[in-house]
Amino acid sequence: MKSLEELKAIRERMQSKVILREGTNETRIVVGMATCGIAAGARPVLNTFVEEIANRNLSGKVEVSQTGCIGMCRYEPIVEVFEGEERVTYVYVNPEKAKEIVEKHIVGGKPIVEYTIGAVEK
Amino acid sequence: MKELSLNILDIAQNSIHAEASFVQILIDEEEETLKLSILDDGRGMSESFLATVTNPFSTTRTTRKVGMGLPLLKLAAEQTGGYMTISSRERALYPDAHGTDVVALFYKNHLDFTPLGDVISTLVSLVQGSPEVDFYFCHTSPDRCVELDTREIKAVLGDDIPLSSPDVLVWIRATLEEQYGICD
Repeated sequence: MKSLEELKAIRERMQSKVILREGTNETRIVVGMATCGIAAGARPVLNTFVEEIANRNLSGKVEVSQTGCIGMCRYEPIVEVFEGEERVTYVYVNPEKAKEIVEKHIVGGKPIVEYTIGAVEK
Repeated sequence: MKELSLNILDIAQNSIHAEASFVQILIDEEEETLKLSILDDGRGMSESFLATVTNPFSTTRTTRKVGMGLPLLKLAAEQTGGYMTISSRERALYPDAHGTDVVALFYKNHLDFTPLGDVISTLVSLVQGSPEVDFYFCHTSPDRCVELDTREIKAVLGDDIPLSSPDVLVWIRATLEEQYGICD
């Protein structure tokens, strides 16, 4: 087992940040993780979002969470981005698209229209 | 599913959905076989639901009337000459010992054996999605034993730091990679 000392260091580092973090999540990235999503490749997509958000130090502002089947299995992996009242639904997401979504939409503020369900359903 | 580890992720999500507070994922490898056990303390299933649960047209989901998780695992096991069994104790009848046990046996040398794949990503995904649930993972094989117990991690971290914190997830991935002998 990797040393528990390292975990203790993580605890000490984070305890100072905890108070600031609470209730500040402005953006939510939700990845569909039911059978359909998993079979279509949602696991690497989820892990890419988690890593990108951590690497860019956005954990205080952006929350990554998982959900079940949305009912549109043929479009999986599906990712929904919630910002306030706004919701953008991305379909057929892969790790490369996930990186792009973080860069252009989450950081840059501009949704990538061609990856959304609206563009695919036309 | 391309990897058994994806089936594991899928079946463990059933446990979480069934309000389990403790989920055990055990992989026991011998020379020719791999035995996968996913044991939870969730609400369990009634005998009548249990009887139909490997039928794809049986599901708890509300968005549609098919559920493929258990049928896919059963298929993956049976196509290697193995089997899958489920037993369940419903909460109403077993208030102190409820839960569901899914056990699948695979013959590793069979042509249709699905490789285990990236089990580390499966565990990290589970902890990320359900940091409040306790997970115990143990993978034994003739040459090694890999273990993760999130209850131990929680004991060190205390109550105010969720297991889904990025730094903690990185630590979990690293401890598993170290045990599997995967180093950068």
